[in-house]
Parts: sequence; structure tokens; C-alpha cells
Amino acid sequence: MSEFEPNIVCFACNWCTYAGADMAGTSKFQYPPNLKIVRVMCTGRVNPEFVLEALKKGADGVFIGGCHPPSDCHYVNGNLKARNRVQILKLLLTQLGVEPERLRLEWISASEGEEFSRKVREFVEELKRLGPNPLKESSTELSELE
Amino acid sequence: MSKLKVAVYWAAGCGGCDVGLLDVNEALLEVLKDIDIVFWPVAMDVKYKDLESLPNLDVAIVNGSIRNEENEHIVKLLRSKARTLVAFGSCACEGGTQGLANLGSKQDMLKTVYEETPTTGNPQAVKPSRVFKAPEGELYLPDILELNKPIESVAKVDYYVSGCPPPVKLILRLFQILTAGNAQGPKFYIGSDKSVCDECRRERVSKTVQSMNRLYRRALDPEKCFLEQGLLCMGPATRGGCGAKCVEANVPCGGCGGRLNVSDQGARMIGALGSILTTDEPISIGALEALKDPVGALYKYCFSSSLIGRGVRVGGGGR
Amino acid sequence: MEEAGGKTMVIVEGRLTIDPVTRLEGHGKIDIFMDERGGVKNAYLQVPELRGFERFCVGRLIEDLPRITSNICGVCSPAHHLASVKAVDSLLGLEPTPTAAKLREMMHNGYMIADHILNFYFLSGPDFLVGVGEKPAERNILGVLKKYGEGVGRKVIEHRAYGQRIVEIVGGKAVHPVTGVPGGLSKPISEKERKEIEKMARSCVEFAEFTLQLYDEEVLKNADHRGLLVDEDFALTSYDAGLVDREGHVNLYDGDIKITAPDGSTYAKIRPEEYFDHVAEEIMEWTYVKFPYLRRVGWRGLTEAPENGVFRVGPLARLNVAKGMATSKAQREYERMVETFKRKPINNIFAYHWARLIELLYASERVLELSLDEEITDENVRNIPQESTLKEGFGVVEAARGLLLHWYKPTEDARVEAANFIPPTTCNNPAINISIRKAAGKILRGGAVDEASLNRIEVVMRAYDPCMACASHILGGGKVEVNLYSADGRLRRSVSI
Repeated sequence: MSEFEPNIVCFACNWCTYAGADMAGTSKFQYPPNLKIVRVMCTGRVNPEFVLEALKKGADGVFIGGCHPPSDCHYVNGNLKARNRVQILKLLLTQLGVEPERLRLEWISASEGEEFSRKVREFVEELKRLGPNPLKESSTELSELE
Repeated sequence: MSKLKVAVYWAAGCGGCDVGLLDVNEALLEVLKDIDIVFWPVAMDVKYKDLESLPNLDVAIVNGSIRNEENEHIVKLLRSKARTLVAFGSCACEGGTQGLANLGSKQDMLKTVYEETPTTGNPQAVKPSRVFKAPEGELYLPDILELNKPIESVAKVDYYVSGCPPPVKLILRLFQILTAGNAQGPKFYIGSDKSVCDECRRERVSKTVQSMNRLYRRALDPEKCFLEQGLLCMGPATRGGCGAKCVEANVPCGGCGGRLNVSDQGARMIGALGSILTTDEPISIGALEALKDPVGALYKYCFSSSLIGRGVRVGGGGR
Repeated sequence: MEEAGGKTMVIVEGRLTIDPVTRLEGHGKIDIFMDERGGVKNAYLQVPELRGFERFCVGRLIEDLPRITSNICGVCSPAHHLASVKAVDSLLGLEPTPTAAKLREMMHNGYMIADHILNFYFLSGPDFLVGVGEKPAERNILGVLKKYGEGVGRKVIEHRAYGQRIVEIVGGKAVHPVTGVPGGLSKPISEKERKEIEKMARSCVEFAEFTLQLYDEEVLKNADHRGLLVDEDFALTSYDAGLVDREGHVNLYDGDIKITAPDGSTYAKIRPEEYFDHVAEEIMEWTYVKFPYLRRVGWRGLTEAPENGVFRVGPLARLNVAKGMATSKAQREYERMVETFKRKPINNIFAYHWARLIELLYASERVLELSLDEEITDENVRNIPQESTLKEGFGVVEAARGLLLHWYKPTEDARVEAANFIPPTTCNNPAINISIRKAAGKILRGGAVDEASLNRIEVVMRAYDPCMACASHILGGGKVEVNLYSADGRLRRSVSI
């Protein structure tokens, strides 16, 4: 299974983590290419549906990056609401039989380019250990309905 | 104007929707002036063979979900004959409570029901089978499908009326719309376009809460928002139109009104919970007692229609 | 609709399928195998549905069960809701407050009023009121309305609605009530609501008496129908089971389970917790519904008692096990019925209808009594559980169709580890199958099959007021088809009826 390359959807907040990813790029900190970044204005905008849909459509992991708590959020507490939602989503994923580690929330500021690349590397390693998203293999009947 | 030809079919469900139709009471007599019910097994002697030979229908009203191959066959047959197909009730619109069975496999279900219940000593593991060779001849049962599904998964639906069962007010509105013949359109919902909260009269003060608790240990305040009392109420994620009946009866909304402008009702509720739960500290698992069974709590009527809609591995328990 | 009433079909070496069985709650299918001479070899009632509640209740929070399991059956939803909440109470070692217990009983009897009216006028009654051999298109509630006029029709609709309204006032919703919570109810009723209930109950008592008179006219004074009541082919020897109160009277909401033998002697009187010591279930490959029987008597296939442990539940069984009715008017009607048959237990299946109407009167009188109870508007309607160890929970009520049991085994964190449901139509499943076999043999003698004779077979089934939704809690749906099979078992002809 060493060839398995996980597919990751990343929701990055405009003000911190997206800028942090940019910083990683301009500073030439390398990180694996497994990540597809979707820029959102705030992690508070990450509707739990986005996470479920990404996993349903075959993402092996979902990475949400936002501003450091408690007070870096440009929208007062969007990041803290995201933290609550991720907590509940993990409970849900566990019951569904999807490893909760496939969903990861990290606080990465605009200046933390190196941190960004390190967290992404960690996540890719973790997903390689977990293997492919189990929903992908077993979603026979439901995917036929699409 | 000639009367509308209407068929009513009960797929996999409890029959509460048929009783719900009767509960329009005297108004039923009025409704019957404009429509002709040509197929309604619970109330009339019409057989499946009659259905096969029926000419085209104006309207087919289907309650219940798709649980076996017979449900699927009849619903597809009705779709091919009817100009308008109505998904009636939570099971038809969202899959219903029996959708919770999708957490495990069909085999799990058969094993539990026919081998593991305390009244069934069944050492030979006898189970109902599709074809049974009786001494006199073969007997057939429709096969159970792997997953329970809402109607829209096997046939295009024109109108949705959710609710368990749909409230009388919405049933009457459905018949008005059907007889007037207007308001066609994709995914036309008969109900409110706002959530149950919009119809709820309870007082909301703080809009935040520390924890979600178990209802069985809590007194129920009849005036205050259930979420603010720390009790899981599906109101924010549920389509209104019911007049917040359950909340009026002093119990939290269970979510039978179904999805509201989203594809996943439970996800919308997670969104709402994220906002109302305290943000001071990371919320602890101990503070989420009401979510010990997240699927049962957040997807009671709609697991089959939700984005993921099934368990990945065997086992239907909580976390 | 194909016009088939009146057509006569002669079937030789055939098999007959009635699909779906109509005018009952849920899905059902009858297959009848014929021999070379057109006699009946065998008959099977199949229920083609399973939804698997025993499975998907596992893992759920105990307080969610009264709402989830109500969905086992929308026709008997208050019965499932209350059996479930009683099981959850028992699991927590909790008693409802006195007012809550009375309100639950009131809700339950309101449901009984609505459901018994539904059965008599909408489902099985049209066979007697309109005529068993009438055209299928007339043999329904609309045919009843046509025959008796809109005045009677409005009364029927009005009083069924009263029953539903009583459930709605106490339960929050008429179908799938929601107020049953561990330790009691979520809300009390107001004085205004009490008055409304009292008024409706008075009217229901009168309506029940009217309906019993109608039964007198159309059944007892009609030689054909009366003949059915004493016809041995429509009798079935079985054990009976039902709830009785301390005095031995019928109680629909609470009590001990009394089981009587075919000779009328008491076989057992048990608490709900002892149910599994007495009842076991058999599985057949040709239907999704199980076959319960009395464990200690044993299971010998589809044969009658006393050698076989087949037992019946429902209105007739309840009246058979009890000493009588707890309300005065219903008691008088009960005595009249026993006098008419000159025996107890009464084992003719058509007596189910009569018993049902006596219960309609009882339920109406009981709601009236409760509405006049001083405590009924008390606001103390819930006991909140203290920390306690959880144990297995048993909840039993009499649904309209008979004894209903819910059983839950809890996990330490008050979720469900295992669940079991034994609804009344499942209990009656062996008896219904035996009755259909016997009736088919008599009705189809000689191989002449017309729509009316097929309907007569369904009439037998409707007497039990079977609720296939309940029985199919294990799979899902209401219907009957008749297929003819030759002696080699191949489908020769399907009859559209």
C-alpha cells in the first residue's frame, strides 16, 4: 500500500491559513501535493455539509485551517464555532465507521508557513497509515443513485 | 372538469400516513368531490393486478420508503402511469426512521430479528427466503434491499409533503394544489420555507448553552427554548409547516419535517449546534451527552436521504 | 378498475393468490393451493415486509424509543408509544405520577375509540353493512355512507375524530403522539381541555350504543350473518391472552397478563416481566412474520389447541380471559354476548366484531370516567429519575388488536443494547393462518371461485383486524392477490379481483 496517495480537501480561512499556505509557497517550504485548497472567508463558513460531501465524493481526508483561538478570528468567533462543529462531526464519523482522524482542524496564522507545511505532511502520513476512505470502497448502492 | 384519478400507495411504512389522510375528516368528503381514488388498498378492494391494468393516472400519492423490491416495482409502475407523483410523509421524502437500519447491513438486520431476539430459539438459523418450496408449490417473498431509500431514489418526485404524518393543514393544501393543477416545478415542497423555529413561540434569551443533556433526566421548561435548556431540539434544521406541534406539547422537535434548503438535515443541525454551544473552551465529549448516538439524534427521520446515509462497517451502535 | 365482481372462475389443480389483502392495515398476501378436484390443499398468509426495528433500535437513547417505536405502526401509534414509555419507566425503575398514569390511560382509550370505529366502519364492517358479495367498488366506507346516508356518515367521521382529538389533546399529536416521557408526560391538560374531552366522551358513549344497535340489526337479526357466528368452520380452538385488572376485568392500559386454556380455565396469570418465560416464537421461511406460541405447551405447526400452543389476542381474547367489563353499560353488553353464545370462551372468529364494539363502549365510558376524575388536571405529571441502576424494561399494553409487548435491555449509559417487540398481529399470526386454511377449505369447496368467495376468505382475516404494519415491524406495507397454481406448482392463472 506504499503507493497510496491520499486525496485531501482543505478548507482554509482567507485571513490566516490561506495566507499561511501562501507563505509556505513564497518561503519555499515544501509540502506534499495531495491537497486541494478551497478558500473560504472563515472556518465558521465551513458548513458541516461540505465535510460530509467531500468524504462522500471520495476525499480520504478533510483539513480545515483557521485563525488561532480565542481572538484571532476576523469574525469574532467563527473559528470557535468551527471547533464545536468538528467535535460533533467526529462523533458522527465514528458512528458511521469512518475514522475521525480523517477530519483535522488546525490553527495556522498568516505567518506560519512552515507550520502549514509540517501539519500537511503529518496529515498525509496519518492518512497513508489509515488507507483509503472506506466510504469510497463500499458506497455501491448509494453512488448508483447519483 | 373531470375528476382527478388518484392512487394512494403505502410502501414500507407504518400506515400513519393513511390514518393522517383520514384525519382530514369531514373535509375528506369535500375533497372526494374533486378526486376519484382509484387505488387505495387500506380502504378499498383493489388489487395489484388492477393497478397493472389501470390506464393513466393523474396523481400517485406514495407514503412509506423503498425497503424491498416490491416497493420499488410498484413505485416505478406508479411513476410510469401518473402525471404527478407525490412523496407523502417523512418515509417517502426522507426514508423515515427505518432508515436508521442503514447503519448496519441487511444481514445484520435479519440476524438480529430472526436469531438474536430473546423469544426466538432458532438454532438452525431459519430465515424467510425469496423462494420457498412448500409441499404444494413454491411461495415467493419480495427480497429486502440492502439499504432503505426515499422515493426520489427510484422515481422522480414532483411534490414533497413531509411530516410524520403530514399535518392536516398541509394535506388540504396539497389537494388544493393538485386540483388547481398549478405550482409545478422541480422539488416542490408543500410546507413552510422557514424552519420550525420560525413557528415556535418559546422564549430565547442567551442564545448560548454549555452542554447538550439527556432528556430522560431533565425537567422540561414549557416556556424556554429547548436548545437553551440544553436539550437537543431539531427545530433549526427542520422544515416548518407543522405549527411546531411537538414543541407546543412540550417535547423537543424530532425533525420529521425533513430537510430545509440543504441536502443533509443532520449537518445543518451540527451547524446550528456549533453556533449555540459555548465557545469559551473546546467542548468536551462529556458535555455532549445528548449526542451519544449522533445518527439517532440528528438523523432520526432522514438518515436514508442524508449525504452519507449508511454505516461503513457492520454495527449500528453509537460511539 | 376492472369490473370483476360477480364473475365466476372455476379453478382446477390450481393455486389462488389474493394480493394484496385489502382493507386492513399493512401488506398481506394469501396463497391457496388447490388439488385435482378443486378442493383446497393448503393456504398460506404471507407478509412480504420487514423493517427491522429490533435491529435499528439498538444503539438509540432510551428516551428516544417512545418516538421511534411509535413508527412501528401509525394505526396503533399511541399503543406503541405507551408500551414503549412503560418499558422505559420499568428500565429506570420509575413510576409515573398518578395523574400521568390516568392521562396515559385516557390517551390510550381515546385511541381505542378511534381505532375500533375505523375497523368497524371502514375496514371490516363494510362486509356486513354493505354486503360481503356486493361489488368491490361498493364494499368500502363510501358504500357504507351511501347505504346509511350522510347523517350516519358524518356521525362516524365525527366520532372517529373525537377519538383522535382525545389522543391529540393528551399526546400532542393524534398520529405518533409525543408527550410520553420517562416518569410521566411532558405536559398536563387544562380545565378547558378536560371539558372538551368530557363532552366528546359523552357523545362517544351514545355513539357506541348506536353502533351496537346497528350490529344487532345487521348481524344478529340477519340470518346469514348470524349463521356465521355459530358456524363451526369459523371457530378456532386456541388459548387466549389479555390484560386484566385486580378484579379480573378487562383493562386496556395496565394489569396482569392472564392466559386461559381452550376450556376456559386459567392457564397462567403473569406479570409482564414473566412474558418471555411463557411465549416463544417460531420462524417460517415463507413469511417475514414470526409465529408466537406458549412455550410450555409447545409448537406443533399450524394446528389448533390444546395440543398446540397457539394463542389469540385482541377484543375477543380479552373478553374471554376476563370476568367482565369494568364499566356498567359495557358490562351489560358483555353479559348479553355471553348469554347469546351460551359458552365461554367464545371461539368463533366473527365474534371478534361484537367484542370490539363492546370495547368501544367500554373505552368511551372509561374516558368519561377519567375526565371526571378530580386529579386529571393536576399539574404534577412527571417524576424525574434519580441516579439508579438500569435493568431490563418491559412495557405491556392492550393495543386495539391485542396484547403488545416492548422489551429493552439497556447499556450502562442508558442506550439500547437489545430490543424485542411482540405486537398483537404477530401473536395472532398462527391463528389467522389456521383460520384461513379452514375457511378456504369450506368456501372454495368444488373449485368454484368468484370474487365474493375470495372476499369471504379475506373477511375471515379482517375479523382479527390484523395490522400488518405491526407484524412487519421486522420488514415494511397493506395488500392481497390471488394466484392459481396447478398441481405441479406452476402458475396457471392470476385472478384479478
